This record gives sequence, structure tokens and C-alpha cells, in this order.
Amino acid sequence: MEAMSHPSYPATLPEESRPDPALHPEIQDPVLRVLTLSLWYGAAQALDRVSLEIPRKKITAFIGPSGCGKSTLLRCFNRLNDLVDGVRVTGNIRFESESIFDPAIDINALRRRIGMVFQKSNPFPKSIYENVAYGCRIHGINGKQDLDEVVERSLVGAALWNEVKDRLHDSALGLSGGQQQRLCIARAIAVEPEIILLDEPCSALDPIATGKIEDLMQELKNDYTLLIVTHSMQQASRVSDYTGFLYLGRLIEYGVTEELFVRPLKKETEDYITGRFG
Amino acid sequence: MCGGALAFNMLAVLALLALLAMNGLGYFWQRPLTLLTLREGGRVLGEIHQREAIPGAQDAEGQPAMRLQLKVGNRDVTGVDFRWIDEQDILERSHPDDAVVLGRLEWGNYYGFPVAIQGAAGVLATEPDQIWALLPALHDRKRSEHAAIHALEAGEMDDVNAELEELRLARRRLALRELPVAERSHREAALDRQRAELDARHEQLATQLLGMRERVLVETLVLETADGSQTTVPVGNIVRFLRPNSMDRIETLGLYASRAWEFVWGEPRESNTEGGVFPALFGTVMMVFIMSFVVTPFGVLAALYLREYAKQGPLVRIVRIAVNNLAGVPSIVFGVFGLGFFVYMVGGTIDQLLHPEVLPTPTYGTGGILWASLTLALLTVPVVVVATEEGLAAVPRSIREGSFALGATKFETVWRVIIPASAPAILTGMILAMARAAGEVAPLMIVGMVKLAPSLPIDGRFPFVHLERKFMHLGFHIYDVGFQSPNVDATTPLVFATALLLVTVVTLMNLSAIGLRNYLRRRYASSPF
Repeated sequence: MEAMSHPSYPATLPEESRPDPALHPEIQDPVLRVLTLSLWYGAAQALDRVSLEIPRKKITAFIGPSGCGKSTLLRCFNRLNDLVDGVRVTGNIRFESESIFDPAIDINALRRRIGMVFQKSNPFPKSIYENVAYGCRIHGINGKQDLDEVVERSLVGAALWNEVKDRLHDSALGLSGGQQQRLCIARAIAVEPEIILLDEPCSALDPIATGKIEDLMQELKNDYTLLIVTHSMQQASRVSDYTGFLYLGRLIEYGVTEELFVRPLKKETEDYITGRFG
Repeated sequence: MCGGALAFNMLAVLALLALLAMNGLGYFWQRPLTLLTLREGGRVLGEIHQREAIPGAQDAEGQPAMRLQLKVGNRDVTGVDFRWIDEQDILERSHPDDAVVLGRLEWGNYYGFPVAIQGAAGVLATEPDQIWALLPALHDRKRSEHAAIHALEAGEMDDVNAELEELRLARRRLALRELPVAERSHREAALDRQRAELDARHEQLATQLLGMRERVLVETLVLETADGSQTTVPVGNIVRFLRPNSMDRIETLGLYASRAWEFVWGEPRESNTEGGVFPALFGTVMMVFIMSFVVTPFGVLAALYLREYAKQGPLVRIVRIAVNNLAGVPSIVFGVFGLGFFVYMVGGTIDQLLHPEVLPTPTYGTGGILWASLTLALLTVPVVVVATEEGLAAVPRSIREGSFALGATKFETVWRVIIPASAPAILTGMILAMARAAGEVAPLMIVGMVKLAPSLPIDGRFPFVHLERKFMHLGFHIYDVGFQSPNVDATTPLVFATALLLVTVVTLMNLSAIGLRNYLRRRYASSPF
């Protein structure tokens, strides 16, 4: 299942800049560049020639109706779609000018640099401490002192430390939903990634827990590039700096959040954000 | 409806356990000795075991006539252990205080009245008071003499025998090697010198043992049976002497505990019909342990491959069906396979490679506890595979993805997340496998289980664990004692007691595995198993 080959992926992609209205030249030094990315699950196409650039240390949100391909796009960045049987990709994604589909790339190192938080919190059935330390352990850090430091720093970073510091060795499954989601964020930042992908991180949480996560995202923005997929347009407009609107696998519109929500260029975007469909 | 079926099942299990407990636990209880005077003359002394109606017979008042089953012992005198006596034939019953029952190393129990103690030089005591004053100390001395004999046999004598065997094998090895003639005769002479020394030592020990064995039997207890014939029993052959009719409750309970203890921890005597079952208990537990240690990793790896690594398709489906079908193969077929594959092929090869000098006597090329355990491991591997696969399937996809998203490899994800998360299911499989293996007898009969094993698979002789040795098993012990014994009346309660012990052992092993599983489940608090 792992290490799916990408037979249809073109090894050298022409670096032409397409006349794509979604590509924003004002984004200086983008951390990720998506170039005419298409993806099929078997025969069904999920992404259709998506191109965009992700700004460094900002929050970029992807919105769109269910099934529009926004989660699929997010899972391309850390190649988690490799785990799905029958996936086929064309186009390219460059991360710091390096192609992430390069067969020579160390996919585990890539995933360490691009962390992910899932829609449904998925702590491991281990203690809180071991959940946070997991990433470090698999990357060879085993010293107790080092791990203690990492665990504390990550939990503080995920605004969870004060709630769990007295029960670090209890099962992580005893935490509330919001705490579990922040634990997953702590687990992701413990390995010091450069980018964090958040796949509808608040969809299973109540408004208070959601607020905590959103505040946390503003904090994390100082150190990390954040990409978030969300169903909630309010959330996208509250937290993100850039927003992309996807519909039926196509990136319809992409730009600075305020502009996209206030003056959408495309009719589909306007229809969606005004609630006429979706 | 379903609840009723469940209740019925539970009742059946409880009734079975109660039956085992009632019949089995009664075996250790000392009944009072009854002396019967018969109408046609003659007296009988023994323990009343049963009372039943004689089919088709009635007494003077028209009530069904009854008869008693009496354990009368004295097999060396009368040839039978049990007698049926019609109640109509009984003139008088009494419970004489001075009636004794002797547990003996040979011939089973003796019931009678002590008359005298004889020493080498002549009679030591004749009055009952004297006898009872002398007997305990004498008996203790004889016990310690027995212990000394045993220590010498199992210690020095055993060492000498082992060295002699080693010399014989060295001689064989020498014969199998190509050597110059001078070298050969030189070495042979050296071995022969050692051998002569050891032979002398062996001779000396044998004489010493012979003397000790004779001395043990010097003092004898003279007894009279109820009908007046005299018997002498060497004090050294007496295991226990009691006067049950003059024992109080505490003494009786103490005797009960001591007998139960002897049953669990003692060696069998008199072709398994008396003494304890410890070697069988030990063999059962050890075999189940070896089996678990083999089957668990084996089954878990197979399940991991099927569920996590193999490409799901028709081939994997066929393999899965085949594994499930393996659980339905009659166990004796596994026994035959174990004999052909493990014993003859693997064991025979090991013998040829490692012990050529011992041949044609097989070492590994004959049944042994290792081969029996491996055979049972094959028998139970489907159980572990199925349970583990279900556990793996129950680990949510999101947890795997969480691990991959942190940069873990497939192996790290499986080893650090998936296996711990499915540990309770794996243990469930192990519990089921243990329960299945502990009750299996048929396949073991051809891969190393025996009626009486001379030594345990673990002892003090290097290399301490002897996996090639034959072993005893509680399941087979039940069959052997109950159905292969010439003295069925005497051994029936033994069957119940042994069955109860087997059930208890299986339950204890399962409970400890369940305890471990619950601990893991509490720790991870996730798996639905």
C-alpha cells in the first residue's frame, strides 16, 4: 500500500508559468507551489489542473462544498494519498523548489517536515506523553531529558500543558474532544515541521473548543505555515490570510481572504459564499 | 429464548464443575473404618464407599434390599481392594478405635490392627501403647533414610551414570573418527582407564545403596487383619499410618490437606493409581507455555502479513479460508503430521547432525515435549491468526494515517501503534489457543506423551531444560488412570480429582492471560476486544 508509484507523473515538468488567474504573483517566496496538479481515484477525477502558491508563515484556507477535492489537495502535500489504492497523479508540487513526487525523495522525511492534523482527532492508544513523544522516537530521539523537553514545549505550544501536566502518563483517550485535537496539534509540532496541514480540525468540536484551536492557529502562524481545510466560511474568513475556493476539483478562485470574501471575482465563488448553494 | 439457551449452557457448565468437585474432592477425605461381623462368620474391616439397592431383591419387610461397597484394601492378602456385602448378611457393625489404615508404597492401603513391632534383634514392642509410642519416631527415621537413598540415587549415582554414558559416547565418537592407529589406541586406553575408575565408583555406590535399601526394610510392623491373619509390613514402606476412628475433626482436616497436597505435588506410585500427579501437572503446564510462546509470534506475524502487507486479492482470500479450515482438521491428523514432520524429519535430521554417536538411539528423533508443543502450536495457529486479524482490522484507519503523517514508516507504524493497539485481541487469541491446547490429548499420544516419564523436562542436570524428553499430561493421566488401570473402583475418584485439577489449571492459566489483557485494555482503553 505504501510507496505507491506515480507512473503517470512527468519527471520533468515544463516550468512555464501558465496564464492562470489563480496564480498570485504578489506572493513572495512561496513555500509550496502547486503546478497543474490533477488526481484520479481510479477512474474518478478528484483534482483538475490545480495551480497555486502557498505563502510562507501565513494561514491558507481551502473552502468549497463537500467532495470538491479540498481534502484531497491537502493530502497531496504530505503524499498521504499514496496510502489509497489506485491513486494517479499528474502535475507537480514543489516544496522549497524540490519536487515532492521525486522518486528519490525520502517520503518519511517529507512527512516530518509537513505535519498534519486530521478532521477526527486520532490520538494513539497510548499515554499523553507517548503521543507527543512518538514522532521524536521514530526519528531517533530517545533520551528522556530531550523527550521531556519536547513534550513540554509541544504541549505548551498547543495550549494544552496546563490542562494535562499532572497526568502526562494517563491514556490520551481520556481527554475531551477539544483536548484530543490540541494533543494532535502538539504531536504534529513536536517534530518541528515547517508546514502544518489541518483537515477540518474543528468540525467535531463545540464553539469553545473551536475558539481555542483558532486562537492557537494565530499563535502557530509565527513559526509555521498553516494550511486549513474547512467547511465553515466564517472560520476561513476569521483565521486565514489567503483563501482558495475549490469546486468540482477545480480551483475556482484563490487570493487574499478579505478580497475573496468581499469582492469575489468569479460568480461561483460569490454564489458559494453568499450561500446560494453548497 | 436466547437468554434461556445461555442459562442452560451456564447451568450445564456449573453442573459439570460441581460433579467434578464433589467426586474429586471426596477422594482425599478419610472415612471412618467400619468393622462388620457377618452372619456366616468372619469379620470385614474397611471404609464404606457406596450403598445401593440390589436389583430385584427385597428384604423381610418388603423394602428393597441394600448392599454396601467396602474398601477393604489388603490387596497383598486378599487380592481385591473392594468388596460388596449385602446388608442382610451383616450381624453387627462397630467402629473400633484401634483399627489402623496404612498407606503403603506397595500394594495400596492396609486395614487391620497392629500387633507388634519387630526389629533386627527381635520384638521391640507388643502393647498398643508401646507400639504407638515407638512408631512415629521409627517412621520418621525411615522417612529420612528414604530421603538419603533418594538423594544418593538422584545425586552421586546419577552423576556417575551420566559420566559413564558420556564415556560410552566418547568411545563411539572415537570409533567414528579417522585417526592414526597409535593415536587411537592411546586415546582408547585413556578412556578405558577413566571407565575403570568410574566402574569401581559405580560398584561401590551400588553396594552402598543396596545396604541402605536393606536397612530401610529391617523394622517391620506386624498386623492382624479383621479375620485374624497376620501380615508384616516394613515400616519403611509405610507412607501414612492412622487410626481414623480416634481422630478428631482437626486431625481429619489436616489429613485431608496433606493428602490433597501430596496429590498435587507428589510423584505417582503403583502405575499411577496412587500418589500424586505432579509430573503430569508439570508436563501440561510446560507444554502449554512452550506452545503459547511459539504460536503467538507465529500467528501474529501471519495475521500481520495477511492484513497489513499482503496485497488483498483472491490469493489472500484463499489463504484466509485455508487458515480457517485448518481449525477444523481433526487433531489426530495434526499428531500424525507432527510425528512425520517434527519427529522423524526435523528430529531425525538434528540427531544425524548433532548426535551421530548416540544413534541408533534417537535423541530428538523420537517424541518429546518440544515436538508435542510445536504440533499443538500448529493446531492452534488458526485461532491466533483469526483473533489477531480481527484486532488489526479494528484499529481505525485514522490512527494509521496519524502515524504515517508524522513520518513513521510502515514498520514503525505496525510495531509501535498497531500491535500495541491490538494487543488485547492478540491476547484473546492466545487465551483461546491455550484453552484449546490444554485439553488436547489425542495428537500428543504419538508425539511424546507417555504414561510415566522417568524425569521432568526441567531438572538440575546441564542444560537444565530438556526439550527432547518425553512428558506426562493430565489429560492422558485421566485416561490412563480411569480406563487402563486394573483397579477401576479405586481409581474412579482419582479420575474426578485429576479432571478437576486439569480444569483448575486451564482456568488459572486463562485467568492470568485475561488479567494481562484487562491490564492492557485499561492502559490503552481503546480496542473493542
